[in-house]
Amino acid sequence: MIRERHLNIGLLAGLLAVALWAMLADQPFTITLATRAVILALAAAGLNIALGIGGLVSLGHAAFFGLGGYVMGVLAYHAQTYTPLELGPFSIAGTKSMPLIWLAAICVSGLAALVIGLLSLRTSGVYFIMITLAFGQMFYYFAISWSAYGGEDGLSIYVRNGFPGLNTLVPIQFFGICYVILCLVLYLHARLARSPFGLALNAARQAPVRVLTVGLDPTRLKLVAFVLSGAITGLAGALFADLYRFVSPTMFSWQMSGELIVLIILGGVARLCGPVVGAVVFVMLEHLLGGLTDFWHVWLGVILLLIVLFARGGLIGMVSGRAVAHD
Amino acid sequence: MTEPVLQTIGLTRRFGAMVASDDVSLDLRAGEIHAIIGPNGAGKSTLINQICGELRPDSGAVRIAGQDVTRLDTAARARLGLARTFQISALVMEDTVLQNAMLGALGAGGRPWRFWRPVLADPDLRARAEAALDRVGLLPQRGTRVSDLSHGQRRQLEVAVALTLEPRAFVMDEPMAGLGAEGSKALTGFLDGLREEAPILLVEHDMDAVFALADRISVLVYGRVIASGPVEDIRSNPDVRHAYLGTGS
Repeated sequence: MIRERHLNIGLLAGLLAVALWAMLADQPFTITLATRAVILALAAAGLNIALGIGGLVSLGHAAFFGLGGYVMGVLAYHAQTYTPLELGPFSIAGTKSMPLIWLAAICVSGLAALVIGLLSLRTSGVYFIMITLAFGQMFYYFAISWSAYGGEDGLSIYVRNGFPGLNTLVPIQFFGICYVILCLVLYLHARLARSPFGLALNAARQAPVRVLTVGLDPTRLKLVAFVLSGAITGLAGALFADLYRFVSPTMFSWQMSGELIVLIILGGVARLCGPVVGAVVFVMLEHLLGGLTDFWHVWLGVILLLIVLFARGGLIGMVSGRAVAHD
Repeated sequence: MTEPVLQTIGLTRRFGAMVASDDVSLDLRAGEIHAIIGPNGAGKSTLINQICGELRPDSGAVRIAGQDVTRLDTAARARLGLARTFQISALVMEDTVLQNAMLGALGAGGRPWRFWRPVLADPDLRARAEAALDRVGLLPQRGTRVSDLSHGQRRQLEVAVALTLEPRAFVMDEPMAGLGAEGSKALTGFLDGLREEAPILLVEHDMDAVFALADRISVLVYGRVIASGPVEDIRSNPDVRHAYLGTGS
């Protein structure tokens, strides 16, 4: 058994090594694949806070992923067409600056998570899954019919957005940005899991009655987790759209929500690097098997089935055993 | 007379045609152990759930130190100083003993909105949690997961979590359930000393423990209090002997 901490460091180092190797070997497509894995891992890491620690099985996280994507798309669209964005009485100029776009993506998706969470957390179990799914679908159909920003066809951005001091068009530099954000979010997750909030949230998942009897409100704890979770997934959405310079309603689809859950289950629910392992395996399967057959999802399904049946801790659990209790 | 720490006034709760609590008026005064006994189905759990806020009464009121809490939820009552232990342990099973006690200390401190510093490194919370564990004799097991504890140890931990709250009153639902003779005796001794800190409303089936501990006993049958008073009065009350102790008549 490898200690989970060492495994996590090895994983993140390995991911970085692959991208650096691809840069030296002049394989930009491999860098793009690695960037895709990093961004999907970031989106799933957001979900992992709600699902892993808080036990909130959200089948609507595509809503936040898509919102992040559309925040980027809309702001960049207005910047490249030199038209202001009219929001009722306010008129905002578009922007091609990544930090500003990220901030907006975090705020918009966090706010959406607050509203969706307030309504959804009145339910639990299957009803929670269904109501989050319904919210996700609402955004999906709204995006399809939103013709001002491309409707079903989506919205293309001519040039990737900029980051001060970097040339984001160079694949390895954009990878670096995404990689650093992923590491920061994972660090945040690790701190959060051990914090007073993490202790209470973890208890709210396992024994809500206990949390109430010590005088805390489990629903409020879960709501805060849901907002944090949605904001992070929204940030990932903005990066994802920037990677392909394209945003479309598919980012809002329920399959996207399902994929995020699959990534977490593959890697290990509530495990710090579960989303990273899940995303790397997913992108590799998608690329390798996807080249051989259009039906590669079948094999993903088989792997998922085996993990659910025989390895409840996911791939991380297979390698490093059950999660250690903090001391 | 001083204000009772905990008081119910005419609590009534119906489930369809069945009256689970019928005009129940009880009080718990400082320094005492007040035991509630009654046969299975007498409505003891329903009563406790109304006192602790999990169930709303159809009519009647609950007061903590004179304050009407009938409309408050479980968490608010806990913050007012009501500490409950469960008949079936409601612990965080994947967490360690220390983490469970820390949760109690965290609730008592009321500051869960801290996201950065590790909770186990918080000296105040930790001191409070470890002191409670030490009192029930669980300190050596602090690093053990609850799922790996024996049944008796889980019962002890239930009590320890309640202790971390430093409450005004304890409401204990069958704390002796499933404990062997040794365990019961040890816990009886512990609860005996606890009443000075905060009074205990004790629901218990173990009659030896009840007679050894209680200052007063109330007998609940079909949701009604059929007798209430000092231990000796209850022991010799013919109605009680008939309805519950199964002798006499």
